[in-house]
Amino acid sequence: MYESLLNFPGGLFADFDRLQRELQQAFGAVGQPSSIRAVASGTFPSINVGSTPGSVEIYAFAPGIDPSKLDVQIDRGVLTLSGERPSALPSGDERQAVYASERFSGRFRRTVSLPEDIDPDRVTANYRDGVLHISVSRRESAQPKRVEIK
Amino acid sequence: MNDKQEVTKAERQSDTPALLPRVDVFEDGTGITLLADLPGVAKDKLTLRVEGDTLQLEGEISPETPANMEAVYAELHLPRYRRAFTLSSELDTDKVNAQFKDGVLTLRIPKHAHAQPRKIEVKIV
Repeated sequence: MYESLLNFPGGLFADFDRLQRELQQAFGAVGQPSSIRAVASGTFPSINVGSTPGSVEIYAFAPGIDPSKLDVQIDRGVLTLSGERPSALPSGDERQAVYASERFSGRFRRTVSLPEDIDPDRVTANYRDGVLHISVSRRESAQPKRVEIK
Repeated sequence: MNDKQEVTKAERQSDTPALLPRVDVFEDGTGITLLADLPGVAKDKLTLRVEGDTLQLEGEISPETPANMEAVYAELHLPRYRRAFTLSSELDTDKVNAQFKDGVLTLRIPKHAHAQPRKIEVKIV
């Protein structure tokens, strides 16, 4: 009855996009060599990593999570974030019909290998607009220094 | 002339590549609930539009990044989300309720009062 609600414009390409996402999730990316800890994209949460001369910046796109239930750990250069996202779907009520259930629910755990020059004691993490931003500082000794010429 | 320009501009805007946000959609007797994951979108960067029977949601991702940061690895590689839905006539688009918290948009689209299920009492005479 409400199929029309899910029939979005540009549906063909959007469907391909989703198909590709699901295939990647099922089989992993094929071809190029990747990090031994690499995971297929499409897993929750999505992660972007950036680098500055003084720090490593990790962004985990994890919307709708109570920050106090997020667990972030750094152990021997591997950053692990884990937590749980409850399902938003109604349960057990027969009078409700579910038309789309694409959002992730359940327990999740993701790891990121950090470069060797990071300082595990200087880490900040904050959660805003559904994005967990973790900033790991690099060790002072590893940062580029200007040598003064006398 | 002016109108035409505006149309082409609007078209171009909807042509820019965007991520498809993941959604949950479910319906009960009084309306439809839609949840959409839009992490990284600030409240003022989210737009919801109802045009005719189309509901479009669009959000721009604006993370606070240090100025001299280079991307090393990215799973989210586009700065915006966009998705549109076609609504049916029994949904009351004037009474859409939207909440946006921690990157999750919750939309409640009620049905028109006349489209809601009514219980008819049978009187025994």
